[in-house]
Amino acid sequence: MDTVTKNIMIVGVGGQGSLLASKLLGHLLCAEGYDVKVSEVHGMSQRGGSVVTYVRYGDRVDSPIIDKGEADYIVSFEKLEAARWASCLREGGRIIVNDRETDPMPVITGAATYPHGVLESLKQKGVQIDDMDALTLANEAGTAKAVNLVLMGRLSRYFPEISEDKWMRAIEECVKPKFVEINKKAFALGRA
Amino acid sequence: MKKTLMLGNEAVARGLYEAGCRLVSSYPGTPSTEITEYAAEYRDVCPEMYCEWAPNEKVALEVAFGASLAGARAACAMKHVGLNVAADPLYTMSYTGVNGGLVLCVADDPGMHSSQNEQDSRHHAIAAKVPMLEPSDSAEAREYAMLAFELSEQFDTPFLLRMCTRIAHSQSLLTVEDRQDIPVKPYVKTPQKYIMAPANAIRRHPVVEARTRALIEYAETAPVNRVEMGGTEIGIICSGTCYRYVKEVFGDKASVLKLGMVNPLPEKLITDFAAKVDRVVVIEELDPVIENHCKALGLTVDGKNLFPMEGEFSQNLIRRVFGMEVKEGVTAEETIPVRPPVMCAGCPHRGLFYTLAKHKITVIGDIGCYTLGMAQPLNAVDSVLCMGASVSGVHGFNKIGGAETEKKTVAVIGDSTFMHSGMTGLVNISYNASNSTVIILDNSITGMTGHQQNPTTGYNIHGDPAAKVDLEAFCRAVGIDRVTVVDPYDLAACDKAITEELASDGPGVIMSRRPCVLLKTVKAKPAVKVDPESCRSCKKCMKLGCPAIHMEGEGKTAKAMVDPTLCVGCGVCEQLCAFGAIKGGN
Repeated sequence: MDTVTKNIMIVGVGGQGSLLASKLLGHLLCAEGYDVKVSEVHGMSQRGGSVVTYVRYGDRVDSPIIDKGEADYIVSFEKLEAARWASCLREGGRIIVNDRETDPMPVITGAATYPHGVLESLKQKGVQIDDMDALTLANEAGTAKAVNLVLMGRLSRYFPEISEDKWMRAIEECVKPKFVEINKKAFALGRA
Repeated sequence: MKKTLMLGNEAVARGLYEAGCRLVSSYPGTPSTEITEYAAEYRDVCPEMYCEWAPNEKVALEVAFGASLAGARAACAMKHVGLNVAADPLYTMSYTGVNGGLVLCVADDPGMHSSQNEQDSRHHAIAAKVPMLEPSDSAEAREYAMLAFELSEQFDTPFLLRMCTRIAHSQSLLTVEDRQDIPVKPYVKTPQKYIMAPANAIRRHPVVEARTRALIEYAETAPVNRVEMGGTEIGIICSGTCYRYVKEVFGDKASVLKLGMVNPLPEKLITDFAAKVDRVVVIEELDPVIENHCKALGLTVDGKNLFPMEGEFSQNLIRRVFGMEVKEGVTAEETIPVRPPVMCAGCPHRGLFYTLAKHKITVIGDIGCYTLGMAQPLNAVDSVLCMGASVSGVHGFNKIGGAETEKKTVAVIGDSTFMHSGMTGLVNISYNASNSTVIILDNSITGMTGHQQNPTTGYNIHGDPAAKVDLEAFCRAVGIDRVTVVDPYDLAACDKAITEELASDGPGVIMSRRPCVLLKTVKAKPAVKVDPESCRSCKKCMKLGCPAIHMEGEGKTAKAMVDPTLCVGCGVCEQLCAFGAIKGGN
C-alpha cells in the first residue's frame, strides 16, 4: 500500500531560520527512507519578506510545491504569516505557530493594520492551531535564534512513528557542532 | 546506492564535477548563483576544476569559450537576463562550435521571485541555434549536466541547460558517482572554424543548419525524450517542472510525452504520440514554444488557450483547467497586509536614499538590494531597467532635460553592478561631456544574491585575497575629476555631498561606502534606545522605513519603539530625531 504524500510548510519572515528547519526535516525524512522534496525561497524575498518552504515526503513525490488545501502541517515563525498561508492547509490539518507579531512595512508606515485577532478567527472556523511562545522557550534554551528548533520540537509530537532519538541524531548531523546542544535543548523544550 | 537529498543547483554542480569539467566562470544571479558556489566547493577534492566569479555573464561565457578552445570541458551559469548579456558570444559560438565540451546553465524565473522580467530562455536557444536540455528534478539536473557535455562534444556545439526557480531551489534525491577522467584535448589551430570573419562564417552557417537537422534526428529517439503511455483520452506534452505537476495530478493515468531536450524539438516523436491519443494538451510555463512547434507540424493542440503565459504553474492550476476537484482551504476574514522585502535594519543604503528622498531627487536606479529604495516610505527610485542602465540612463535623461534635470537627478548603482556593466556607461558620461551625477553604493559585496565576492572586494570566489579595483582611481582614470567618498550612516555628510555635487558643473561620482550590515565581518553595535518621555510622536524616524522602528500607541501619545533584536545601532534614526529621544546604546 502506498504511503500518501505528506505535506509540511514552513513559513515566516525572511531571515528567521526556516532554511535550517527544512534542512532538518529533509535530512530526517530522507533517513527514514522516504522520497523527499524540499522547495525553498532564495533571493530578494529573503530580505525581510514573506517566505515559504515546502517539505513533501512519501513513497513517491512529484510536485515540489504544496498548493491550497494540501498541507498537513503549517509551521509558522509568526502569526500574520500563519494566517497568510492558512488556505494551504488541508481539512483536518494543523498550524503550529510562534505567537509573535512582526509588523510588515505597510503596518509600520500606517498604510495597513495588523489583524491581531486573526488566529482566533481561524480557530473559530475550525482550524486546529497550536499557538505557542516559542521565543521564550528559545531564550530559555540559550538563544532567540533557536525558535526554529522549538517549533520543530512541537511538530515532532505529531510524528509518533519517528522517535525522539532520530530527531536528535538529525540535529547532530545538520547543525554545526558548537550549536548542537543549544538546538537540542530548544527542540526538547518545544516537544515537552 | 545511497541516495542524497540535493538542491537542484548543487546537483548541476555535481554533474559538472562528475563530467570532468575543468573551468566554471559565472556572474551571480538568482536563481542560478548556487551552481557556481557549489562548484567552487570542490576545490579541495578536485583542484583541477577551476572556478571564478567574472564581472559579467558575457565575460564568463567568453572565458568558458577560451577554456573549451584550449580543449577542456568548461561551463558557466547565469540567470535568464544574464543570457541577454552573454548572447553576443553565444550566437557566434554556435558557429564556431567547441573543442572541449561547453555547457551554459541558464535559470529562468517564472513568477519573477527575484527578477525584472519573465523572459523564456528557450527563445535564445532557438535564435542562437543551440541545443537545450531541461531537467525536472535534481537527479535529472545532475544527469543532464553530464549529458550536455557529451552531446556538446558529439555534435560540436555549446549546450544550454535550462533550469527554473523551482528546479534550481528544490531539493530532491539522487545518487552520485565518481568524477570521470576526461583529459584535455589538444588545441589545434583551425582558423576556418574559430575565426568568425565573414568568409569563414559563411561556410560555418550551413554546418550549423546541418547540425540542427542531426540534433532533430537525435531528439526523435533520445532517451531524455520519453513517452509514458497511460489512457488514450488525453496526451500531455511537457518538460521540466510542468512534468512533475502533471505526474502529481494524473499519476500514471494520462499519457505523457516528457521532453528532456527542449531545443531542437523532435517531429516524428511528437506526431506519433499525437496519433495515439484523442486530444493533445501542451503544458508549459511562459511562452508557447512547444505548442507553436506542434502547430507548425500541423497538429491540433490545446495549450495557451487553457494555460496562462505568466507565472508559475502548480498542481491546482492543472486540476482547475481539467475540471477536477480543487480544495481551497480556509481563509481568514481579516485583510492580511502584504509583507514585501525591505532593506535590512542598518542597511547602509538607507541613509543615502533618505537624503535623496528628502531633496526630491529623481533617481535612475539599478539592479541589486538597493532596488528596494523604491519601497514605501522612502519611495526614492524612479526607474529600474537592467544591470548598468542607471549610469547610461541618467546621461540620456539629462541630455534631454538639460540644466533642469541635471541639478536634481542621479544614477545609483552598486559596486558589483558597476563592475558588471555600469563602468561603460560612466566612460560614456565622461566622453560625451555629460553633466550627470553617479552614486556608487559600495557595500563591499554582491548583496542581493547572497554575498558573492566581486572585483571591488579584494577577494576571489574562495575568499582568498585578490586584486581589488580601486573605484575612485577608476573613475578618475576615465575622466571623472570629482569623486567624493561619503559614509551613508552620516546623514549630514550625505546631504552635503549630494547638494554640492548636484550644484557643480560637469560629471561627478559620489562613492557611498560602507560594508553590507549582513557581512560576518561587520559587528553590530548595541541597539539604540528610545526615551518615551522625549519622544514627541513626530514620526520623523518612521520616514526611514527601518524594520526595527515602529510606533506604539495611538495618535499624539504614540511613541517610537525600537526592536532590540533587529536594531544594529547604525544611529541613522538618532541623527534624525530633533528631540534627542533616540540614544545610542552602550
